[in-house]
Amino acid sequence: MSTVQENLTQTPLLKIWVPWMGCNVNRRRGSSVPQFCNSPTLIVMVGLPARGKTYISKKLTRYLNWIGVPTKMFNVGQYRREAVKIYKNFECSRKSLKGESHLTLDVLTSVFLIQVFDATNTTKERRAVIISFAKEKGYKVFFIESICDNPEIIAENIKQVKFGSPDYVDRDIDEAMEDFIQRIECYRANYIPIDDEKDRKLSYIKIFDVGSTYLVNRVQDHIQSRIVYYLMNIHVTPRSIYLSRHGESELNLLGRIGGDSGLSPRGLKYANALAAFIRSQKITDLKVWTSHMKRTIQTAEAVGVQYEQWKALNEIDAGVCEELTYEEIQENFPEEFALRDQDKYRYRYPKGESYEDLVHRLEPVIMELERQENVLVVCHQAVMRCLLAYFLDKPADELPYLRCPLHTVLKLTPIAYGCKVESFFLNIEAVNTHRERPVVSFHICHNRHLALPTISLWYINYV
Amino acid sequence: MLDNEEFMLDTYPRELTQNPLKKIWMPCRNGHIAQRRVCMTNCPTLIVTVGLPARGKTYISKKLTRYLNWIGVPTKEFNVGQYRRECLKIYKSFEFFRPDNEEGLKIRRQCATSALNDVRQYLSVEGGQVAVFDATNTTRERRGTIVKFAEQNGFKVFFVESVCEDPEVIAQNIVQVKLGSPDYIHCNSEEAIEDFMKRIKCYESSYQPLDEVLDRDLSYIKIMDVGRRYLVNRVVDHIQSRIVYYLMNIHITPRSIYLCRHGESDLNIKGRIGGDSGLSARGKEFAKHLRKFIQEQNIKDLKVWTSQMKRTIQTAECLGAPYEQWKSLNEIDAGVCEEMMYEEIQEHYPLEFALRDQDKYRYRYPKGESYEDLVQRLEPVIMELERQENILVICHQAVMRCLLAYFLDKTADELPYLNCPLHTVLKLTPVAYGCKVESVYLGVDSVNTHRDRPERM
Repeated sequence: MSTVQENLTQTPLLKIWVPWMGCNVNRRRGSSVPQFCNSPTLIVMVGLPARGKTYISKKLTRYLNWIGVPTKMFNVGQYRREAVKIYKNFECSRKSLKGESHLTLDVLTSVFLIQVFDATNTTKERRAVIISFAKEKGYKVFFIESICDNPEIIAENIKQVKFGSPDYVDRDIDEAMEDFIQRIECYRANYIPIDDEKDRKLSYIKIFDVGSTYLVNRVQDHIQSRIVYYLMNIHVTPRSIYLSRHGESELNLLGRIGGDSGLSPRGLKYANALAAFIRSQKITDLKVWTSHMKRTIQTAEAVGVQYEQWKALNEIDAGVCEELTYEEIQENFPEEFALRDQDKYRYRYPKGESYEDLVHRLEPVIMELERQENVLVVCHQAVMRCLLAYFLDKPADELPYLRCPLHTVLKLTPIAYGCKVESFFLNIEAVNTHRERPVVSFHICHNRHLALPTISLWYINYV
Repeated sequence: MLDNEEFMLDTYPRELTQNPLKKIWMPCRNGHIAQRRVCMTNCPTLIVTVGLPARGKTYISKKLTRYLNWIGVPTKEFNVGQYRRECLKIYKSFEFFRPDNEEGLKIRRQCATSALNDVRQYLSVEGGQVAVFDATNTTRERRGTIVKFAEQNGFKVFFVESVCEDPEVIAQNIVQVKLGSPDYIHCNSEEAIEDFMKRIKCYESSYQPLDEVLDRDLSYIKIMDVGRRYLVNRVVDHIQSRIVYYLMNIHITPRSIYLCRHGESDLNIKGRIGGDSGLSARGKEFAKHLRKFIQEQNIKDLKVWTSQMKRTIQTAECLGAPYEQWKSLNEIDAGVCEEMMYEEIQEHYPLEFALRDQDKYRYRYPKGESYEDLVQRLEPVIMELERQENILVICHQAVMRCLLAYFLDKTADELPYLNCPLHTVLKLTPVAYGCKVESVYLGVDSVNTHRDRPERM
């Protein structure tokens, strides 16, 4: 029996309590969010070409990475292109159907917890190869099959993502469309969908007609359950998401972080400018979301549309540093100040939160944003960085340094496999609250002039 | 519904005031604060169960109702069998359910109509948001009637069908919930089972399951073989999406959930709330007793969860088993009142102190949280608890109250006053339609941190 652990110590960065002496029984992963994945999982896409497999793979990979599950996507089309070099016509793909079996499985490693294998995988034989490979390695397998026979959707699909493809770069559009349809027929002859009877032991989800119907079989664990929930909430209806911070606040003017102050006069001007901008965009059925903090609500009030308050959209809690200036933090908590610059994503304020905590709390917001259509989210700097990182697929390392200046609206429009971003500065001056990633080294710096060069000029002048 | 519909007529931006109880910023017109209810749906939803007897419809109805109420969506279930019992008074035998029993059919139709009237009352008049209509609803005709009813009243309809042909599961079902039914109060087990099997037969010939083609315009989930497989069709809004997610995460594998608080802490002894202190000597003693108790329980594959606060982790450390830390299990944030004694709070924040006693569930500490906030933050924990099997959750007083309220179907009004003393483990075992609770006091003294509901002044 292990001895009673009397002493705990709190890790300085994450603020997690861990045993003082390492003990074999307690293998502390020291994470600030529960880890649900024990064995790696292979997600295998199934379906004819132009059924949205790559769209789903990329989106799912982006979502999983954002919530903190290391995921990588392997697109067989890319590997084929590298192998075949120049794509002449669909004859090539008939040959490559056989050649595929030796490709890509070797690139799968257990470095990533989830690996998304994006290919047609349309034959039973092909899937059997994958299943035995996974069994050998101790991976779980989860299939995602996309089934669609609606010719309009398929044509739209082909236009949106195939014509930009390197395969068709020098081709005439009609010719390309014809060629692509022939390519699909090539696969259809040998296509055996997942069989609900014969394959009843497999774990899978079948998506019919872009999400009108789903068949879910044998979900094995937490992560598969989350994946299913996510897939059932996404849609492809065109829409735009508008992200903006609240107008400049009283505390912004004082160079203080956090708090719950109201808008400054310039902030109020911004709120009105935002209202005018929104009207000019002529958006159908716009939903407006704010946090529970006064400054976002005041901003939304000006827009003159019904809005919904989400506590989950509140700014990052700076704990003991709430309402301090960066200089004051540097002076009173020099170790904390240094630690934050060391790993801004995982750093948790004492009695406060980290960006990592923020992402966890924003997950239901992202899920609902996926369900919605046109939405304007009025939020805060750290929150907006997290949301932006999700839409633009930015890694944890870059997230805390994304630029989200005051008085600027970002319009995100999903397009093809990604997101178009348009930035609108509404021409009302505001303080700059952005701190660049520091280039200084990681010693605790008691000399404020060395530690503070990254704070924008305004604050230094104020000091 | 958002009550600021006169929005467009007002001049804006309007003045904002912070509601003193919930600390929510609201537009203030002529000193009157507009009350906003965060609403997940625009029109009420009617959930309709479908399936032969003994397929778990009532189990699902009750569980779903409990979950929705806990997350704050006013929900009520309407069990047509109950209406039939009130109408018939005495149940004689399965003959009542024969498809050729005209009298029986008439009564059953009346009961369904009566139940639907009550549904209308609940959703349109009493402010309910979701009604669960629990009956077999095995014919397309019956379902058509319900769809029409819903259309007339502006309700959305979502069907939940349970399909199962596993004789063991059905038998287990009958033993667990039918034998104890008022219908079989005067029968022995064998008679009851025999009669019930014949009752099921009465429905089988006319059963028309939801069809992928014929019913493709309906919104539904078909649950097959107790959750091995699901068919989900046309989920139209947020609440339906949440319902589907919930139904896909619950299971009926027998297991137990152990809930307890951390051992007594240093701040507990000082009578101070919140903070992040370590265990007192008695708290450490409790941790040892907990380890012994858990070992004696001989639990298969026990998972252990703690919060990220020192006192729960210290308690778990003593168990000598791996545990998972959840920030969501942290104690309620008392904001400016952190680490104060109740007397100090009353002295420095008398208004806050009074407001809290006024509505302890919705009251939010300044710069802190409310029980209502806690429930929202605990929802992913509940979802994961549903997925898990044997599990021990070491948490805190307010958190434990929220979790307990979910399992024992306590209202928001009762929740903040549930008794969750230190050094006591609650063992919850799902049984039939509810939850058996065993309370085990581990024999180590501690302070009492419970405050009863104050008498109305």
